[in-house]
Amino acid sequence: MSEKTAAPPSGRPVPIPDADSQPFFDATREGKYLLRYCPACSHYLAPAAEICDSCWGIDLEWRESSGKGSIYSFVVNHQVLHPGFKDLGPYSVIVVELEEGPRVTSTYDGPNEEIKVDMPVKVTFEDLGEVTVPKFAKA
Amino acid sequence: MAHQAKSAIVGLGISEVGKVYGRSATSFALEAIDRALEDAGLQKENLDGLLMQSGLAQPGIGLQLQNAAGLKSLRLVNHMNAMGATPASMVQYATMAIQNGLATTVACVFADAPMQDPNARSSDGMNATRRNRPVPTGFASLDQYYGPMNPNAGYAMAARRHMATYGTTSKQLGAIAVSTRAWAVNNPIAQFRTPITVEDHQNSRWIAEPFHLLDCCLISNGSVAVIVTSVDRARDLKSKPAYVLSMAQGFPGNRRRAGDDHDWSTGAAIARDTLYGQLGIGPKDIDICELYDCYTYTTMITLEDYGFCGKGEGGPFVEDGKLGPGGSLPTNTGGGELSSFYLWGMTPLSEGVIQARGGGGDRQVEKHDLVLVTGNGGILDFHASLILSPEAA
Repeated sequence: MSEKTAAPPSGRPVPIPDADSQPFFDATREGKYLLRYCPACSHYLAPAAEICDSCWGIDLEWRESSGKGSIYSFVVNHQVLHPGFKDLGPYSVIVVELEEGPRVTSTYDGPNEEIKVDMPVKVTFEDLGEVTVPKFAKA
Repeated sequence: MAHQAKSAIVGLGISEVGKVYGRSATSFALEAIDRALEDAGLQKENLDGLLMQSGLAQPGIGLQLQNAAGLKSLRLVNHMNAMGATPASMVQYATMAIQNGLATTVACVFADAPMQDPNARSSDGMNATRRNRPVPTGFASLDQYYGPMNPNAGYAMAARRHMATYGTTSKQLGAIAVSTRAWAVNNPIAQFRTPITVEDHQNSRWIAEPFHLLDCCLISNGSVAVIVTSVDRARDLKSKPAYVLSMAQGFPGNRRRAGDDHDWSTGAAIARDTLYGQLGIGPKDIDICELYDCYTYTTMITLEDYGFCGKGEGGPFVEDGKLGPGGSLPTNTGGGELSSFYLWGMTPLSEGVIQARGGGGDRQVEKHDLVLVTGNGGILDFHASLILSPEAA
């Protein structure tokens, strides 16, 4: 492994796309946040969904989200649960309730002190080199 | 109240618990079962059923436990799992098996040994379970990039939502930590017995905001076992039974989408009517609560969902210390998982049995006719409950 592909300064472990998530990560490269969509019952689902929890349909499509929503809840985690977070300090994990309905996990793009429940947010994207990850910032 | 007990808990065994190193989950389990049999005045040959649940330890206990214990010709065996709800639900399944003639005398056991001797810990400070975890890919790796989540963070998220919706404060959660610790003072086997104040709670370090250290349960190695038998058979035994009067379960589901109330309306709200309905009672009739308290928030939300106060009123309800010794609603009278020991649903179940039998010593609650025992697991995903009593009818 060359220096260039080493972990980013934050030390967070860089996501590794797999077959199921490749379309999602291809879209983040283009600044789009995709959700799964069940055409049988017009239901939006989280990106990781494999089966529609409403009608149990399995023929799910990818659809672009507006990327807008609000903070449903959040934590500021002080425990180091992965060595990559050791020098990062307290980090936020947020749950965003998207306009389309699904609640998705992410991290806040901004200072922890700014995060409030029900605060409107919009998706942002960070290019990590190998992969682009979505985050959410104050709308 | 016209009712008839469904079964009787005639033996309780608690192994050595806490920072006890160098022993397997199986060895703890056998110690607990042995103590439970002795308490009941029974021999292992009297057992014809064995239900078990394993904690986090690898290896834990499993179906081979019958062989490790040298038990022959059992008529009921299962390894069960609804996470922290399991001990209460094992008593329920044992009760149903006994009522239907499958077995007469069932041991229900939980054992765990997640803690390693710190002197024997590896250089990276991680235990084998965590180190051996495979590197995630796909969406799981995206979640890990955002920040690994553990139960602390999951429950903290739920508490944060409750705080934002109802105005619940960290100090109100602190009142639960304080009252629970006050009970632990008089429990000789509790791991933390030094009294604390709300100020101590506020000054304890952050774990996952809004949770301080003193909002979180401790970790324990050890095992608890109970022996369940029929009401008739209990009358022939020397031990004083804790009768099972009522039992229920509840599973809210979490659809993780707009409108889902999973984080502030739990399985307890689903189990409540089933549990009270079997006796035609309500929350005002309950003398003692032994509630699963992995976090202070879990105690508060369970009180709300069993109707001791209205939805969202849990904070002001607990603030005056009514859950502590001498208070109007004695709750987690052994010190709970927050201060005594953390053996999942066995912590509230064991203290419920102790109180119903009147064996609480310095912490015994005088009026103990109806004891509510709850178990909870996942992130508020699984719930089971019992009402125990010293009287069969």
